[in-house]
Amino acid sequence: MTEATSAALEIKNLNKSFGAIPVARDIALALPRGARHALIGPNGAGKTTLVNLITGVLQPSAGQILLDGDDITSLPQAARTRRGIARTFQINQLFRGLTVLENVYLAVAERMRVAHRVWRPAGAERDVIDQALAQLEALRLADDALKIVRELPYGRQRLVEIAIALAQNPRVLLLDEPAAGVPSSESHLILDVIGALDPSIAILIIEHDMDVVFRFASRITVLVAGAVLTEGSPQQIRADARVRAVYLGEEFPHG
Amino acid sequence: MAASDAIAAAAPAPAARAQATAFLATRHRLRPWEALPWLLAIAAFFIFPDRMLFGSQVLVMVLFALSLDLILGFAGIVSLGHAAFFGLGAYTAALITLRLNWQEPISGLFAAAAVAAVAGAASGWLLLRYRGLTLLVLTLATTIMLQEVGNLMRDFTGGYDGLPGLTYTPLLGLFDYDLFGHTYYLYALAVLFVLFLVVRTIVHSPFGQTLAGIRENVARMHAVGSPVHLRLVTVYTISAAIAGVAGALFTQTNTYVTLGVFDFDNSAGVMVMLILGGAGRLYGAFVGAVIYMVLQDNLSKASPQYWQFAVGLMLVLTVLFARRGLLGLLQDAGRLLTSGRKP
Repeated sequence: MTEATSAALEIKNLNKSFGAIPVARDIALALPRGARHALIGPNGAGKTTLVNLITGVLQPSAGQILLDGDDITSLPQAARTRRGIARTFQINQLFRGLTVLENVYLAVAERMRVAHRVWRPAGAERDVIDQALAQLEALRLADDALKIVRELPYGRQRLVEIAIALAQNPRVLLLDEPAAGVPSSESHLILDVIGALDPSIAILIIEHDMDVVFRFASRITVLVAGAVLTEGSPQQIRADARVRAVYLGEEFPHG
Repeated sequence: MAASDAIAAAAPAPAARAQATAFLATRHRLRPWEALPWLLAIAAFFIFPDRMLFGSQVLVMVLFALSLDLILGFAGIVSLGHAAFFGLGAYTAALITLRLNWQEPISGLFAAAAVAAVAGAASGWLLLRYRGLTLLVLTLATTIMLQEVGNLMRDFTGGYDGLPGLTYTPLLGLFDYDLFGHTYYLYALAVLFVLFLVVRTIVHSPFGQTLAGIRENVARMHAVGSPVHLRLVTVYTISAAIAGVAGALFTQTNTYVTLGVFDFDNSAGVMVMLILGGAGRLYGAFVGAVIYMVLQDNLSKASPQYWQFAVGLMLVLTVLFARRGLLGLLQDAGRLLTSGRKP
């Protein structure tokens, strides 16, 4: 398999069960470079589980995960991260007692492989600080750089969540409901950031808001009970009667 | 339009950037007030010349508490078995003198550090897969087992009777042990100072920053690609080595050692000291150990019950009103005063 033909991220026949309960069943998914791919499905469909399988938090029972054509299925989480997979969390996973700058500093320091250094102060790593600040500036978080994360409003915290993931310079970015819990008056800030992301990054976004999905994604995968129900363009998904049936009783835009 | 806004935002705000850089670039610098504990320690040498044996014990406990601060305060590793490393250091310093006839004290510290570090690396590699209550019980159990091994090997370790009457050659070939403990007070102070600088350097380094990250959110540290287990084992090993040096100093200043160094009281006591003074702030070990030791010295003479009661009361008050220890309380008070002064 050559670099040119291989997808940025490819998942083949992925299976996972917790005891007797299957949570991922023969999932197949391919994200070409620069993909804008949405993963939708009802609560409990296994969307976050799939993110955990891709990032290595969970080991699959069977199947393969390929990054740029390389099999990374058996690699631990840290090794996958170093190869360019980053994620955000549905529920904030931040360093709440540290400043915004330190939150992003940690991600940059690990990526630049200087985080193990013991004999010089963290402040002497100017490259790390500069890149962390540049990331904050890009997300308009620079004014909050020295604020403690736990003291920020929730919407700003969601941006820090994205800033950490972007500071990892990912080739594949997994966004797990990035605007979850953010009041609708502020959610446009986050959606603007997502809309303006580097077009070379392959992005998989889990999202419940169908307006966001149809605006952002060029491909959509529908996950139901751990298995892919269907995959297609936004038009195909919108017209699919089975998808409508799954979402019966929930918000699903018509037409 | 969103695009032009984004460009405007991406242009650096020089003031904010300089301020943020300065925050990280200067926070490791020594502040003038940091001379205070050392000046007090030297002053104590001249004010209480007949209490230097006790003074040495206080310094030993400061060093022990400092080693615990590295793992508990900075990396968030809870352990009720830190006396294991203190005890291993104490027995290494005693056994090389008694069994190998090696009486030079400073190399004794290095031997103690090495033995404790090996034990720290091995037990850390096994135990640091667990966290919280599980880890608490595992560290506690390990220390009890170690104490029992010492008891079983009575012929070698002296069992609960201990190893009395240790002698050491003069420090640096010049300064001999004296009955009042003057030499060993200054010796302990010098060792504490050097190791304090080591710990201070570590916590302000990028490595120290990752420890704070692990303490604040392990899941996120995994997600940013940090080798969390390796980092934890590393800091645990360093902490164990320092606790080992504290134990060796304990043996050398007392010229005897018993299996009591492995007691649960020792593990719990050092944790109480640290919480009392303030964990995760370097000088909390100093404040906590000094207050604890001085109160213990005075109250336990009056009655052991008073002392137990006082420890309990102090802990309850700390946990209720000063969650971040006495130093945290002091910091809040200082902040209140300075903010009150401004118009």
